[in-house]
Amino acid sequence: MSAPTLDRPAAPDEAALQAHFDATIAADKRVEPRDWMPEGYRKGLIRQIAQHAHSEIIGMQPEGDWLLAAPSLRRKAILLAKVQDEAGHGMYLYSAAETLGADRADLTDKLIEGRHKYSSIFNYPTLTYADVGVIGWLVDGAAICNQVPLCRSSYGPYARAMIRVCKEESFHQRQGYELLMTMMRGTDEQRAMVQDAVDRWWWPSLMMFGPPDDDSPNSAQSMAWGIKRHSNDELRQRYVDMSVPQAEALGVTLPDPELRLDPSTGRYRFGQIDWDEFKRVISGNGPANAERIARRRAARDDNAWVIEAATAYAEKHAS
Amino acid sequence: MAHEETVYDALDHAHGGEGQWAFGTGFDDPLAGVDTTVPEGIDPADLGVYCLMLGDDALVLCQRLTQWATNAPELEEEVALANSGLDLLGQARLLLARAGSVGVLGRSREQATDSIPDEDALAYFRDADEFRNTALVEAENGDFARTMVRLLVASAWRLALFTRLRTSRDPVLAAIAAKGVHELTYHRDHAARWLLRLGDGTTESHRRAQAGVDAVWPLTADLFTATDVERRLVEAGVAVDPAELRDEVTGVLTMVVERATLAVPAWPADAAPSGRLGRHGPELTALLADLQGLARQHPAATW
Ligand SMILES: [Fe+2]
Ligand SMILES: [Fe+2]
Repeated sequence: MSAPTLDRPAAPDEAALQAHFDATIAADKRVEPRDWMPEGYRKGLIRQIAQHAHSEIIGMQPEGDWLLAAPSLRRKAILLAKVQDEAGHGMYLYSAAETLGADRADLTDKLIEGRHKYSSIFNYPTLTYADVGVIGWLVDGAAICNQVPLCRSSYGPYARAMIRVCKEESFHQRQGYELLMTMMRGTDEQRAMVQDAVDRWWWPSLMMFGPPDDDSPNSAQSMAWGIKRHSNDELRQRYVDMSVPQAEALGVTLPDPELRLDPSTGRYRFGQIDWDEFKRVISGNGPANAERIARRRAARDDNAWVIEAATAYAEKHAS
Repeated sequence: MAHEETVYDALDHAHGGEGQWAFGTGFDDPLAGVDTTVPEGIDPADLGVYCLMLGDDALVLCQRLTQWATNAPELEEEVALANSGLDLLGQARLLLARAGSVGVLGRSREQATDSIPDEDALAYFRDADEFRNTALVEAENGDFARTMVRLLVASAWRLALFTRLRTSRDPVLAAIAAKGVHELTYHRDHAARWLLRLGDGTTESHRRAQAGVDAVWPLTADLFTATDVERRLVEAGVAVDPAELRDEVTGVLTMVVERATLAVPAWPADAAPSGRLGRHGPELTALLADLQGLARQHPAATW
C-alpha cells in the first residue's frame, strides 16, 4: 500500500480530455453521459434538446383541440394515440436533457417564463379538422426531415431518442396523409377544407427548418460538433422536394406561384419566405403563443397540489 | 371454440408489445374478421341494447378522460390518461359495432348516411335520450382527485363485470370482456395508486381527495340495479346481474379509500335504473355537443 497522497490518480488535464472528445467526434462515435465534454457542447445540446422537447409538448395542443370533436371513432383513436405519442416524445427528450445535468421541472419553468423557445409552427391555430391531417402530413413530415439526421447525432441518448421518435413521426405523417386522401375523396366542402388548411400551413412548415443558413448563429458550431448534421436550407430543400409530388398526388395546390422544378438540378425552386413573420411568431407574437403558454402554465399551477402530494407521499413511504 | 379464437386474434392485433403507441396499433374496423352470429336463444335486440349500455359507459368516460389531454399534472399522467382513454375507446368501438351487427341502431341509422359505419352512426347520431350510460361516467371531471375517484369507481365496477362476462354466451361479448379485463385492471390500479398518494399526501390533497370521494359516492346509487333487458339476458346466460357485483366493488373501494386514510361515506340506497333507460342530466347533453358537433355538421362526409 502506498501513502494515501500518492494513491490518487493524477487528474487528466483538460487538453487530453478535449483531444479525446475531438477524436470521438472525428471518428463519428457517440458521446455518452459519463464522458467528458466541453461546456459549450453540453449547453448547446441542452438548449437544442429542451427546445425540441418543448416543441413536442406544445405541439400536443393544436391537434389536441380536436380530440373531443374528432368526427369518427377511428379518427379519435388515431388522434388520441398521436397526442399521446407526442407526450412520450417530450418525455424521452427531457430525459435525454437530464442526462446532461438539466432538470425537467426547471426546463418547464423556462418554457413557461418565455426564456426557452419552441417550434414556431405550433403557434398557429387549427381551424378545421383538415388541419389535423395537414399537421400530420406537413408538420410531422418536416419534423422527420429535421430529425432523421439526428438519429446520428453525436450525443448517444439524443440519437437513440430520435430513432424511436422518428419511427412514430413517420407513422403520424402517414396517418395525416391518409386522412387528407379520405377527405379529398369526400364532399366538395371537405376538399375545400383541405386546400384551405394547406394554404395556411405550407409557409409556416417551411419555417420549421429555422432561419436561412446565412442568418443562423448557432448552426456552424452545432454542425462541427455533430449535434446537427445538415444546414437549415439543405433540409428545407429536401422537404420541399419530398412534399411537392405528395401534394400533386393528393390533388392540392401549394400556395406558392414561384414553385417549380428546376430541370438543371432536379430540385424545386420556391418563393421567398416571410422571415419577418417567422421572427414575429418565434419571439412570442404569433396568433396562439399566449394561449399555448397559458395552458402549460395552468397545467403546472392548477395541479401543483397533485405533485406536492405525490412528493409528500413518497417521502412518508420511503425507507 | 373456433370463432372465439378469431375474435381473440382480431383483438390481440391491436394489443401487441407497444399497444400504447400509435405505431403498430390497429385502428380499423373493430369487428373485422369476427363471427358475429348471435347464438341461439339470445334476443338480438336485448343483446344490442346491453352492448349500448356498456359501450356508452366506455365512450362517455373516454371523452371525460380526454378532457385532461394537455392539462394533466405531469407528462407521465398525460400518457397514462390517454392510454386509459384509448382502451375505453377501443371497448366502446367493439361494443357499438356489436350493437350495430345485431341491428340495434335506432334513430341513428336514419340520420347517418350509409357510408358511415355502425359504430359512428351510434356514437354520433343518437341523441342524449338514446344513450344508456350511467350517471357515474357522465358527471363532470372536477379536479384531479375527483377524476381519479370516479375512474377508480368506474373501473372497479367494470372490472368486476368484465371478469364475469368472460363466460358470456355471446362469444363476441366474452372476447371483448376478456381483453378488457387486463385494461381495466390497469385503470383501477392506476386510479387507486393516485388515491393513496392524494389521501395520504398533503393536507390540501387529503381535503380534495375526501371531497372527491364524497362527490362520487352518490353516483353509485344505480350501479347495482338491473334493467329488464339485463334481467332477461342474465336468464339467457349473456349478461351479469349488477347486484352480483356489489360485494366485490364495495369491498375494493372500501379497502382503497381506507388505505388512503380517507373516510368511507355511507353507500347510497339503491336507485332504479335511470341513465340505462336514457334519462340524463345536462352534463351529457354538453358532452355530446362536443363529441357530435362536427360529425353532424357534415353528415355526408367521410373521414
Ligand atoms: Fe413528436
Ligand atoms: Fe408527431
